[in-house]
Amino acid sequence: MDKVLAILIANIITNNYILFKFMGLCPFLGVSKQTKPAISMGLAVIIVLLISGIMTWAVYAYVLLPFHIGYMRTVVFILIIASSVQFIEMVILKVSPILYRALGIYLPLITTNCIVLGVTVINTEDFFAAGRPIAWSFAYSVLQVFAAGLGFMLVLLLMSGIRERLELADIPESLEGLPIAFIIASIMGLAFMGLLGIK
Amino acid sequence: MKDLFPPIITLGSLGILFGLCLAFAASKFRVPVDPALEKIIAKLPGANCGACGKAGCVGFAEALLSGELDLHACVSMAEESKKTLAELLGLDLELKTKMVSTLHCCGGNNSKDKYLYYGIKDCLAASLILGGQKECQYGCLTYGTCVKACPYDAIVMTGDGFPKVLEEKCTACGVCVNVCPKHLYAFIHCDIKKAGIYVACSSRDTGRVVMGICPVGCIACGKCQRACLHGAIEIIDNLARIDYTKCTGCLECVKVCPTKVIKQRDVT
Repeated sequence: MDKVLAILIANIITNNYILFKFMGLCPFLGVSKQTKPAISMGLAVIIVLLISGIMTWAVYAYVLLPFHIGYMRTVVFILIIASSVQFIEMVILKVSPILYRALGIYLPLITTNCIVLGVTVINTEDFFAAGRPIAWSFAYSVLQVFAAGLGFMLVLLLMSGIRERLELADIPESLEGLPIAFIIASIMGLAFMGLLGIK
Repeated sequence: MKDLFPPIITLGSLGILFGLCLAFAASKFRVPVDPALEKIIAKLPGANCGACGKAGCVGFAEALLSGELDLHACVSMAEESKKTLAELLGLDLELKTKMVSTLHCCGGNNSKDKYLYYGIKDCLAASLILGGQKECQYGCLTYGTCVKACPYDAIVMTGDGFPKVLEEKCTACGVCVNVCPKHLYAFIHCDIKKAGIYVACSSRDTGRVVMGICPVGCIACGKCQRACLHGAIEIIDNLARIDYTKCTGCLECVKVCPTKVIKQRDVT
């Protein structure tokens, strides 16, 4: 139980993938102008993370490790992520056109996002030991990808709220747009660092 | 050599497996698309610029098909391609004549100042003080707020101190019309038939007052009104006005105007 909590808090807050590991920065700056797209993007990332997390765990545990080719994981994981996103896109288009429209362009964009590859690779390092999955490895992996997605969505949502307010604020002309977003991002990183004391 | 086989076989078989899965999914989950929609999408520029208000060219094609938008909403398509697309859709499309924003003043450095202005070099700021530094209360303030505001860099300052709109860059977006504190911008047709004739003055002062403060203002002498063979010019409130529905572009008014204030745009 302790480990479950630890994974949740670490991935959502104290080891946030955007603010501490600098993964997924492109959507963080690109899609954080308004709250609504930010939520869509966050949802899409959670869905993709969950599915690719499950698939990469299975392939890593039952294909790569038994054949002793763990070093192939980057290539194989990218292959898995890209094709599973394609697959999800097709299924969603068929099953729920409304959800497809809500996710829109963001779904295929996530294919090339480092946060997906990053979390799955970190999974293989955290929950495998001596070439074998540790106890409850699969459950922890799924929890970790889910928490990472939640953390991503949280920061994206906070950032979009701040940037919506910034639209109305009086900012020096040279800082308008992206420069002020970078400054805000660094201040947010510092603020989150204040939570590192959580044990 | 032996070590090479596992990765190659694994990656190869995974690739083939996923490829087959996707191929299967593509046929299983295929969503039939309206063939007309596909044809329209093929004709569209594919720039996905979003200027029509839709998320991309696909959205625009759907809006076209449902009749929500018409072809004019697309700015990045050439007029000729619009015509072929209109034929495909079975619609009549009247080619729009290009509209160009035009400054209805040519005073600039020629017109007199009423006081020396040392404030922020901006028309909006200057216009707050007694309506601006120019003696003519209708004229251009020459600080180029429109030049800064134009999103297409289509307005440039001329050597005579008043701005000029470049026809080829202007998209008639209307930013300058809204930003000018003296409301000097208006759209005029810019094609050969209408010849782009306009009155480069907005002064409603009487001729005597205009003559005193500006050498290039409309003095409401009425020569153009008499010279016009088509009854397209009328003097209202001491200013010549052109009725573009009647104007044929014969240029008689341009020839007779004593202060050369009736001008012709460079036509395309």
